[in-house]
Amino acid sequence: MTRRLRLILLGVGLAVLGTLLVVALPQLPRFGGDAHPYRDLAVVATFQHATANAVSSINFDQRGFDTFGEETILFCAVVGVAALLRPVHRERRREVASGGRVLESTSLLVYVLFPVTLVLGADVVAHGAITPGGGFQGGVVLSTGIHLLYVGGRYRLLQRLRPLAWFEQGEALGVVLFGALGLAAAAFGAALFANVVPQGTLSDFVSAGTVPLFNMAVGLTVGSSIVVLLASFLDQTLAIRADQGGAGPSDGVREGAA
Amino acid sequence: MTVYAYFVAAAIMLIGILGIATSKNLVHAVVCLSVAQSSTYVLLIAVGFQYGGVAPIFGSGVDQKTPVVDPVVQALTLTDIVVSAAVTSMLLALVIQMAKRRRAINPDDLGPLEG
Amino acid sequence: MNETVLTNLVVAAALTLVLVGAGAVVFTRNPAKQAVVLSVYGILLTVLFVALGAPDVALSQVAIGTAVVPLIVVLSIRKVGSIGSERARARSEAKASDGDP
Repeated sequence: MTRRLRLILLGVGLAVLGTLLVVALPQLPRFGGDAHPYRDLAVVATFQHATANAVSSINFDQRGFDTFGEETILFCAVVGVAALLRPVHRERRREVASGGRVLESTSLLVYVLFPVTLVLGADVVAHGAITPGGGFQGGVVLSTGIHLLYVGGRYRLLQRLRPLAWFEQGEALGVVLFGALGLAAAAFGAALFANVVPQGTLSDFVSAGTVPLFNMAVGLTVGSSIVVLLASFLDQTLAIRADQGGAGPSDGVREGAA
Repeated sequence: MTVYAYFVAAAIMLIGILGIATSKNLVHAVVCLSVAQSSTYVLLIAVGFQYGGVAPIFGSGVDQKTPVVDPVVQALTLTDIVVSAAVTSMLLALVIQMAKRRRAINPDDLGPLEG
Repeated sequence: MNETVLTNLVVAAALTLVLVGAGAVVFTRNPAKQAVVLSVYGILLTVLFVALGAPDVALSQVAIGTAVVPLIVVLSIRKVGSIGSERARARSEAKASDGDP
């Protein structure tokens, strides 16, 4: 298909889609209106389970099975990335020189921020049921915190602090824990992913029943996933290079065969 | 104002699609896809908004009778953001593979089933 | 009523910024610059989510949309760039060795 034909097709498609959206969107419920039937049902259920953060309650309690599916998507994507980016034959791993030129102020900032970010991440996971946050956000903050060391020019230290095999196990363990919590609810005679633990009072640290447990399982999975993900990309960028012998003449043969 | 938020979401979607189709670099195309997906966050959050509603975190000052914004669409958006990150990283890994094997990341240089 | 007007102003401003940001990301054709613009776009979305009363989503967006995804994009660009330069070097070496004998 020529570029010109593609642009014409694009123009037609965008015009049709745009027209449909312009016709459809004004018929949505008015922006900022007070009719939210799902909200009303969700809030009642949230109060029944003494969960302060309604979003956490929906994610980990009212539609826990969906979130399990979402976690599986993330898990599979990370496994896929790790498989796609592993060193193939005709590639070698070179030693990455640590250091380079990093401003002292940057290093200092990283040393100050590194522990703060880890504590913040753990806090966001632990209080996911009562304040904004939860396993997803906390897990991402934790893994981002670990990678601050890369910004500080400490790639070797990062490698030592980040035993990758552990994080691979942690990722799997998180998914298994999440599923096991769901199954445990079924084993207690309630529905799959039901909230069977006594829920306590709203806004207490120990409240909301299984929601904090799910938060920790998700925090483990997401934190480990993002670490494995970033490790795959960092490895490709810094350490893995094509073998000099293979990149030259044999290339034409391979491309011919492909 | 009643429909402006929805039209912003629609416009972001159209801009994103335009970017993907006219892109000359696969990394650029993947980023445009994530922009197109971000329009769904705007639409979902806009649908759940209510004037005078507070964030759906209950506790001191916010009880069952207080009007809050819709937490259901927020939970959906949260899922959306995580899935978007998974999709983006997977596609970028594929782009790196493409660059290694075909040495080209301009979609115009790739065959019909490769781009 | 006054409060509604104020909310409207804030939300409209945030929405407009997000729209402009989306345009800026898509029409920045150089991927290296685009990663930075994407990061800024993530912050604009975060502001919008805070204005619309969604702190959970805002937290998630600021962590993923402004930190993790742009970082992955930058790493991919560097990797693709280094593949290209390796290729060029291999080609020039092959040419040099062809010319020698």
